[in-house]
Amino acid sequence: MTQATSGAMPLWEVFIRPRNGLSHKHAGSLHAADEVMALQAARDVYTRRGEGNSIWVVRSADIVASDPVQAGENFEPTADKIYRHPTFYEIPEDVGHM
Amino acid sequence: MAVFEAVLELADDHLVLGHRISEWCGHAPMLEEDLAMPNMALDLIGTARTLYAHAGALEGQGRGEDELAYLRGEREYRNCLLVERPNEDFAHTMLRSLYFAAFMRPYWLAVLAQSVDEVLRGVAGKAEKEMAYHIRHAGEWVVRLGDGTEESAARMLAAVEALHLYTEELFESSAVAAVAEADGVLPPRAQMRAPWQAVIAEVFEQALLAVPQGGPVLRGGRQGLHGEGLGHMLAEMQVLHRAHPGARW
Repeated sequence: MTQATSGAMPLWEVFIRPRNGLSHKHAGSLHAADEVMALQAARDVYTRRGEGNSIWVVRSADIVASDPVQAGENFEPTADKIYRHPTFYEIPEDVGHM
Repeated sequence: MAVFEAVLELADDHLVLGHRISEWCGHAPMLEEDLAMPNMALDLIGTARTLYAHAGALEGQGRGEDELAYLRGEREYRNCLLVERPNEDFAHTMLRSLYFAAFMRPYWLAVLAQSVDEVLRGVAGKAEKEMAYHIRHAGEWVVRLGDGTEESAARMLAAVEALHLYTEELFESSAVAAVAEADGVLPPRAQMRAPWQAVIAEVFEQALLAVPQGGPVLRGGRQGLHGEGLGHMLAEMQVLHRAHPGARW
């Protein structure tokens, strides 16, 4: 089943927005022949339980990903910059939830 | 009594097609469609359940959805012949859904706008959107199969040749339906011909298919005269309830 379809059909990444005001989040991936069928399949596969009100699909091949080999130089330098976290001041009570 | 029987025709259409589509569950050609097909089967079966419950209330003999769905034989089923046609391949299955949904969408819109029956208007508000999606899902497949490979185009053409002769029955009001239509409960089926033809023409044009003109017509479902396949389908669908009356899960 998967061999027959994955060879002929490209892979798509699916992003779902759960509510207005929130951003689209990655939900998973699927195979489809083109963008219309991918949107349709995303609706059928990933929104069966009321997960969202908007769908994006993008070809997996179009995503540019960072290189895991560069993970150290990319992400470790932030580890000792704790002053970037908003934990050095107190929030006045009047502000309420932030 | 006629209105009860007319609602029963509608309920049978939905249950039989819903069950047919559910036969793809676990057998669809790809995972994505293996989830999509039960989604659509459940849309139809959900509508059938409400319609059976409503029909049972109209009849007033104490029959509920289970009695109406599980304890009638094929001669008592009143669905049109189109919905009981076997799945065959994806071309047949998608074309059958397209034909049915393209009829039901304007039908539910008319129920929503005109029916004197509050329950049916409630069903229509939900089912109209479901049918819009079924048209889109099935329509996109018909386009891709019709305008696809040599084999998919041949299969799509075979599906049109096999199924088109069952579409005329959709637009014919049975005697009981005519009563329900005169009472303002249901819209006249013939009214759906123009919107149905518009949807089919648009899809077929993109699918490089010709809409058959004239030709033979098959009917009889509204009189309980069904193809051989419906009996087999009902036997499978009803065996549990008949062996264990009132079984719950």
